Amino acid sequence: MPEIKVTPLGAGQDVGRSCILVSIAGKNVMLDCGMHMGYNDDRRFPDFSYITQNGRLTDFLDCVIISHFPLDHCGALPYFSEMVGYDGPIYMTHPTKAICPILLEDYRKITVDKKGETNFFTSQMIKDCMKKVVAVHLHQTVQVDEELEIKAYYAGHVLGAAMFQIKVGCESVVYTGDYNMTPDRHLGAAWIDKCRPDLLISESTYATTIRDSKRCRERDFLKKVHETVERGGKVLIPVFALGRAQELCILLETFWERMNLKAPIYFSTGLTEKANHYYKLFITWTNQKIRKTFVQRNMFEFKHIKAFDRAFADNPGPMVVFATPGMLHAGQSLQIFRKWAGNEKNMVIMPGYCVQGTVGHKILSGQRKLEMEGRQILEVKMQVEYMSFSAHADAKGIMQLIRQAEPRNVLLVHGEAKKMEFLKQKIEQEFHVSCFMPANGETTTILTNPCIPVDISLGLLKRETAIGPLPDAKKPKLMHGTLLMKDNSFRLVSPEQALKELGLAEHQLRFTCRVHIQDPRKEHETVLRVYNHLKGILKDYSVQHLPDGSITVESILIQATAHSEDQGTKVLLVSWTYQDEELGSYLTSLLKKGLPQST
Amino acid sequence: FFQYCLSGHPTLPCNVLKFKSTTIMLDCGLDMTSTLNFLPLPLVQSPRLSKLPGWVLKDGSTFLDKELKECSGHVFVDSVPEFCLPETELLDLSTVDVILISNYHCMMALPYITEYTGFTGTVYATEPTVQIGRLLMEELVNSIERVPKAQSASMWKNKEVQRLLPAPLKDAVEVSMWRKCYTMPEVNAALSKIQLVGYSQKIELFGAVQVTPLSSGYALGSSNWIIQSHYEKVSYVSGSSLLTTHPQPMDQASLKNSDVLILTGLTQIPTANPDGMVGEFCSNLAMTVRNGGNVLVPCYPSGVIYDLLECLYQYIDSAGLSNIPFYFISPVANSSLEFSQIFAEWLCHNKQTKVYLPEPPFPHAELIQTNKLKHYPSIHGDFSNDFKQPCVVFTGHPSLRFGDVVHFMELWGKSSLNTVIFTEPDFSYLDALAPYQPLAMKCVYCPIDTRLNFIQVSKLLKEVQPLHVVCPEQYTQPPPTQSHRTDLMVDCQPPAMSYRRAEVLTLPYKRRYEKIEIMPDLADSLLPLEIKPGISLATVSAVLHTKDNKHVLQLPPKPPQPPTSKKRKRVSDEVPECKSLKPLLSGSIPVDQFVQTLEKHGFSDVKVEDTAKGHIVLLQEAETLIQLEEDSTHIICDNDEPLRVKLRDLVLKFLQKF
Repeated sequence: MPEIKVTPLGAGQDVGRSCILVSIAGKNVMLDCGMHMGYNDDRRFPDFSYITQNGRLTDFLDCVIISHFPLDHCGALPYFSEMVGYDGPIYMTHPTKAICPILLEDYRKITVDKKGETNFFTSQMIKDCMKKVVAVHLHQTVQVDEELEIKAYYAGHVLGAAMFQIKVGCESVVYTGDYNMTPDRHLGAAWIDKCRPDLLISESTYATTIRDSKRCRERDFLKKVHETVERGGKVLIPVFALGRAQELCILLETFWERMNLKAPIYFSTGLTEKANHYYKLFITWTNQKIRKTFVQRNMFEFKHIKAFDRAFADNPGPMVVFATPGMLHAGQSLQIFRKWAGNEKNMVIMPGYCVQGTVGHKILSGQRKLEMEGRQILEVKMQVEYMSFSAHADAKGIMQLIRQAEPRNVLLVHGEAKKMEFLKQKIEQEFHVSCFMPANGETTTILTNPCIPVDISLGLLKRETAIGPLPDAKKPKLMHGTLLMKDNSFRLVSPEQALKELGLAEHQLRFTCRVHIQDPRKEHETVLRVYNHLKGILKDYSVQHLPDGSITVESILIQATAHSEDQGTKVLLVSWTYQDEELGSYLTSLLKKGLPQST
Repeated sequence: FFQYCLSGHPTLPCNVLKFKSTTIMLDCGLDMTSTLNFLPLPLVQSPRLSKLPGWVLKDGSTFLDKELKECSGHVFVDSVPEFCLPETELLDLSTVDVILISNYHCMMALPYITEYTGFTGTVYATEPTVQIGRLLMEELVNSIERVPKAQSASMWKNKEVQRLLPAPLKDAVEVSMWRKCYTMPEVNAALSKIQLVGYSQKIELFGAVQVTPLSSGYALGSSNWIIQSHYEKVSYVSGSSLLTTHPQPMDQASLKNSDVLILTGLTQIPTANPDGMVGEFCSNLAMTVRNGGNVLVPCYPSGVIYDLLECLYQYIDSAGLSNIPFYFISPVANSSLEFSQIFAEWLCHNKQTKVYLPEPPFPHAELIQTNKLKHYPSIHGDFSNDFKQPCVVFTGHPSLRFGDVVHFMELWGKSSLNTVIFTEPDFSYLDALAPYQPLAMKCVYCPIDTRLNFIQVSKLLKEVQPLHVVCPEQYTQPPPTQSHRTDLMVDCQPPAMSYRRAEVLTLPYKRRYEKIEIMPDLADSLLPLEIKPGISLATVSAVLHTKDNKHVLQLPPKPPQPPTSKKRKRVSDEVPECKSLKPLLSGSIPVDQFVQTLEKHGFSDVKVEDTAKGHIVLLQEAETLIQLEEDSTHIICDNDEPLRVKLRDLVLKFLQKF
């Protein structure tokens, strides 16, 4: 029985270092190649030695697919391709291909230049790695090789995020990456057609959350920012340079304009302007409204949001600062946080999910005394707010996607085990499909039952369809053919054609049965009685009385002779071929019972 | 498989393909050369045009002098310009299921088709094609609607009258079919029927046919189309280019193995080299400006203009033209320039790489930033304040019949310092200039047509090897003006099939197979048998289900359980429902083994007699004989069904079922 095997090397019952191995119909595909924000040791990258102990990765993997640019989905890519060694194709969308190397370079700088790590990938490795990338369009069918094809669907989570369908013959898997089922201020909603994959691998970050309306969340966010600024406090919003940042910038920009506010808004790091430029150039990937109006007003040209300078952090008075990275685990956001944490007038708003082990995660779980580097204790007096602006599908959204794609099985990744468990039950109840949630390194095997495509000769097909729609659907008509299998070609042809192609002659099997009937009348009268009798019973068949005195029922021949010894007995010779077996057998048993008296 | 040819214009095609059970329209190009027969629509009242004398027949009749005006020996219709539509009578266009668009120039007739024929299907096109196509339509509608013309001439179209007119009016075809321009609501309605597609996206039509757009290298989002079923492949090549300009390169490999390749949209100027023309364009432009003259470039608002601006970007500093203003005037100038920068995925590799940096892919962004290039929606408003001479103006329409270009022709035509440079190849420049004669201004003809030339076509055909080529009749003979140039035609084996307007072609291919799927449980039940080395066969008895043109074979349902009541009829009492098919048999029965088998099964009185063709096996007690021959077996017995069935099954053991 054909099967699909899935092994998460990362993101199995966890969020971070997404990396999922899929084996489908003899092809091996690696989905995402991420790093883990919560670790600084070996555990930050997936364990690629799992894939193959001594062979080369290139020999084992047919392709690698990167669903979108955040580092937990692509952060290990240069390590994987250049340090472990992989030379096969890597697929991603154009915006991902554009943005990915910038984030990788940023990540490299923080790790090597700031933290002083060695044995990390270099700038050149990032470049070499990106040379192996093949960019794909949405909905384009990419033929990886003759059998394996992949297709990207819009996922909405960040600019260029895509879900991928991986297909070999009739078998297919859909990997969602991260996705969002509700359009927001700058991106559209994820969409997939009813592609009925054998397996849907879905993220489940918000497996148990059903988020209130987006409008409420936005109002709440703006109110908190506004109140803090009004009382002279500073607001820190840790974000990743690309993604939620643009969404929140658009939100604040429009609010500032409407309320005519004067407090400065800053965006940290030099990446900002560049980042916004990507959004301008890839505007076709944003939502309908932005796309439609961009000629008149480009939403990514901000009037109120200025570049941040390190020195501004100490400026008196209110301000709002977007700073990277988003989980307060390093960099500028963490620096500003340390400066502002002590003042209860200030506020930090965490707009997205924080991985365990990060400062973001700690303060969100209520910790107010943090041990920083050098055993220093930082007391957090500023207000800590959490607002889910992550563009992940919530439970409702995940169910909606399952309804759209109609998979035969579901497998959850990119979430926490407890929450997955809950969602798994819900999915199994509602859709009656199996749902899996393997841990890292654990293999799930799914049996598939693919159809077998064959070539049917047009003659045979036409012979069958010419009969037209069946009068009674409950009694379907059987079609008979011969399947010829040669090398890898499967052809279904008529038996006659099969014989002909193989150079064989037909062997005719014929039966002739003698049926004795008591009837004193003359032969031709007996024949006439037989004829009328059959005609009366076999209404759907062609029964004919031929001039030579014989009767035919379809191609069955009936002849009558007088018994040589007994004139009162007539002998009916019923003769048919094997192809008429049912009817012939029926006729003999019918005639054996004699003729009705009354004719 | 038929092809209905609705347009006679080889670069503005409109064909309808009947393929399997679907009706597919390939492009709907609008032939705008008809507008050359009309007087220009001036934006500002033109004394010269309004003073043109009415045309008088040879016999002195003046009844047409309101409709027709004479200018330098040419006669023009004084009316709102009209376009020559694709044929609408050849087949019922409401039966068209889908329309495939190959590039933005080939969709200009779309509103006429989707809004007036009862069309209810879907149009497929790429995003750049739709966005830029919309801009072209907007510009067209705008430039005609803003100059309302009271008069609508129709008398000259009368067949009897048209006969009397001078050429080319006399010879104009289908004038009764010529139509006025559509309106913006019609454009919007037409465009709302478009579904966006990406290159190499496989689109299923009714389960029967798959269509796929491929990059054609000619313009932003321009595509060739593959129309295929499992066994037939038609390639539709329309407006393709192998030159490296701004669009993504042409995908040639996917055109391989076509049964039929429909070839349209080749270069209209086969003798001109586009690179050379660009060079001439630049030098003529520089010369005129240096001499203090103005340069007018009649053009479409998208396409070659991007390449021209890019050339000028590299050229102006070295040619000392840094202080010369470049104006781009079109109601859609701004949109066109903006849109060109956001289609990174549809651009050539170099431009894509720039976007990754991230930088705008086209350098005209920098020309705008540095104020060297300015764009305006029309000559009214800001432009009149900023206007400085000498300058270079890019504006439409290339036919010189409407749009802001008419104004500049009137303004600059009288001075020999000025130059008009024709770069668009769609209109004969002499015909375009005719209503402006006599003209002092210099005219330079630098047509830039990047579409395939005949050398490239023959290379392409050798490469992709289609079984048959179909093309407009114009491509199967040398151009009428250069009849000795036999190299300027499509040359292939077998010779290309040609079509002309209003013709129906039967496309030559024959299919013998169809795809069918065998359900897994049925497949499991099959018993394959190796009949020859490497060839196995299995007989299949299954139920055929056909839905949405997809065929599936399923395991036949199990026969219903006989009812358990005691009164049930015996099965053999029922008339067999329908002819249940038995397999064919093949093989032969060796008589010795057959006799042995009979004996093993308890027949002790077997007697064998030889006959001319084989043997007769006698079962004496049962009064049964079995004739065995090479290719037949005949069992003759009394009506003893159990015996017959037993013998039947013994015989079948020796035979192979098909």
